Amino acid sequence: MKVLTDNWDLISEGFVTTLKLTLWCGLVALVLGTLLAACRVSPVAPLRWFGAAYVNLVRNTPLTLIMFFVALGFPKLNWNMDYFTFAVIAVGGYTAAFICEAVRSGINTVPIGQAEAARSIGMSFNQTLTLIVLPQALRAVIPPIGSLLIAMVRNSAIASAFNVHDLFGTNAQMVENGNDVVLVFLWIAVGYLIITLSMSALFALLEKKLAVAR
Amino acid sequence: MSQKATVLFDAPGPRARRRNAIIGVLGIALLAGGLAWVVYRFDQTGQFDSQKWDPFQYTAIQQMILDGLKATLKAFALAVVFSLVLGALLAAARLSDHRPVRWAATAFVTFFRAMPLLILIFFLYLAPAKLSYWPGFLDFINDDPMWPLVIGLSLYNGTVQAENMRAGILALPKGQSEAAYALGLRKYQVMTFILVPQGIRSMLPTIISQMVVTLKDTSLGFLITYEELLFIAKRLGSYQDYGLPLIPAAIVVGTIYIISCMILSGVAVWLERFLSRGRKGRVQKIDVVSGETLGAGAGISV
Repeated sequence: MKVLTDNWDLISEGFVTTLKLTLWCGLVALVLGTLLAACRVSPVAPLRWFGAAYVNLVRNTPLTLIMFFVALGFPKLNWNMDYFTFAVIAVGGYTAAFICEAVRSGINTVPIGQAEAARSIGMSFNQTLTLIVLPQALRAVIPPIGSLLIAMVRNSAIASAFNVHDLFGTNAQMVENGNDVVLVFLWIAVGYLIITLSMSALFALLEKKLAVAR
Repeated sequence: MSQKATVLFDAPGPRARRRNAIIGVLGIALLAGGLAWVVYRFDQTGQFDSQKWDPFQYTAIQQMILDGLKATLKAFALAVVFSLVLGALLAAARLSDHRPVRWAATAFVTFFRAMPLLILIFFLYLAPAKLSYWPGFLDFINDDPMWPLVIGLSLYNGTVQAENMRAGILALPKGQSEAAYALGLRKYQVMTFILVPQGIRSMLPTIISQMVVTLKDTSLGFLITYEELLFIAKRLGSYQDYGLPLIPAAIVVGTIYIISCMILSGVAVWLERFLSRGRKGRVQKIDVVSGETLGAGAGISV
C-alpha cells in the first residue's frame, strides 16, 4: 500500500493518460473500423479492394512495428505531432482492422431474409445497410468488440515505450526510485484490471440492454 | 467476388452501374492521390536516396537482418512449443473432475489473460536483477533477454490456446463421450482416444491463428533489447554513415514480418477449408457478402 500512496501523483497521472489513450484509440478504431467494414461490403469494387488490402496488411503486422514506424518514422517525414497523437494513430489504426472484421462477421449473422426483404421493398444499399442490417449486426457484434477493445487497452501499454507517459510507463521511474519491483508491477496491473474489468462490465450491460429475442 | 452472390444490394442497373463507376473512379483517384502525396513526402525528405538503400545490398547488413530473423523465429518456435504444452495441460486441468484442480487452472487462465503481455515480459526482465529473494535456479532468465520474452509469450498464449482447445472439446457432440463411456473406457482413454483428436482437429485453424499472434508479439522483444528483427531495424536506422535509414529499414523488416505472418495465416485458412471439405453434411457458413465460405481469416484475435 505504501508504494501506492508514495507514488500516488505519478500513478494517477499515468492512469488518466491510459484512460485518455483508451478513449481516443477506441473512438478512432470504432469509426475507422466501421467505415472499413462498409467499404468491404460495398458494391464499388475499388472500395472493397482497399478495405481488404488494409485489413490484411494491418492484421499481419505487429503493433510494435506500426508504433515504431509511426512514432519514429513520421518525424523523419516531417510529420511532427506529439507522441500521444502518434500512439492514437498507431493503436487506433491497428485495432480498426480487427473491428472491421468483427463488424463484417456481425453483418453475416443477420439473416439473409432481412436484407432481401429490405431490398424487395425498394431500399437502396445505403438504406439497407444503415436502417436494417447494421442495427441488427450491432447487437451480435457487441461481445467481440468488447473483447477487442479490452485487448486494445492491454496493447496500449506498448505506447509507453515510445515516450507516452501512460500507466505502464510509470514503472521505470518507480523502480528507479527503489520501490519493490513486485509491488510496482502489482499496482500497475491493478490499474489495468480496473479499466478492463469495468469495460467488460459495461459491455455485458450493453449486451443485456440490446438483447432481443430472435 | 461475383456481384450475384451478394444480398445487400440488387444487381446494378445502368444508372447504378454508372454511379458505382463514378464512386469507384473517385475512390481510386483519392487513394492514388494519397499514395502520391506519401511518395512525394518520402522523396522530399530524401527517403529514396541511394545512400539510404545501398546498405541493404551489403552482405554484412543482409547477414544482420538474417540473424534478426533467426532470433525472431527462435523465440517464436520456443514460445509456440511451450504455449501448446501449457495449453494442453491447462485445458486438461480445466476439464478435470477434481474441483480444486479446475479452480486452480481457471484462476491461472483468468489472471494471465487479463494481464497486459508487456507487463509480464518486463516483470520477468527486471525482477531477477532487482529482487533479493529471486530463486537461484531461475537465474538463467537474467542471462539472455530471450527468456523473459519466451516465458511471457508462453504464459499468455498458453492460456489462450488452453481456451481454444477446451472450446474445441466442449463443442463436440455429447454422444461421442457417452458412447465411449458406454463401451467401458476410462476418463483418460475417452479424452486421449476420442475427444482430444477430434477437438484439436476442429480447432486447428484457430490454434494456428493464435500462432500468428504469437509471431507478431515476438516483436515485443525489441523493448527488452532482445536482438530480433525490429531491434535490428532500429540499429540499422541509427547508422550515421548511411544517412540514418530508419524508414528503409522499417520497410524492409516490415515486409519480412508481413510475409511470414501472411504465410501462417494462409496455412490457417487452407486448413479450415481442407478440414471442412472432409466432413460431409456439415453446414457451411456462407459469407453473405461475397458468397465465400468464412475462413479462419475471419478470426478475431489481437
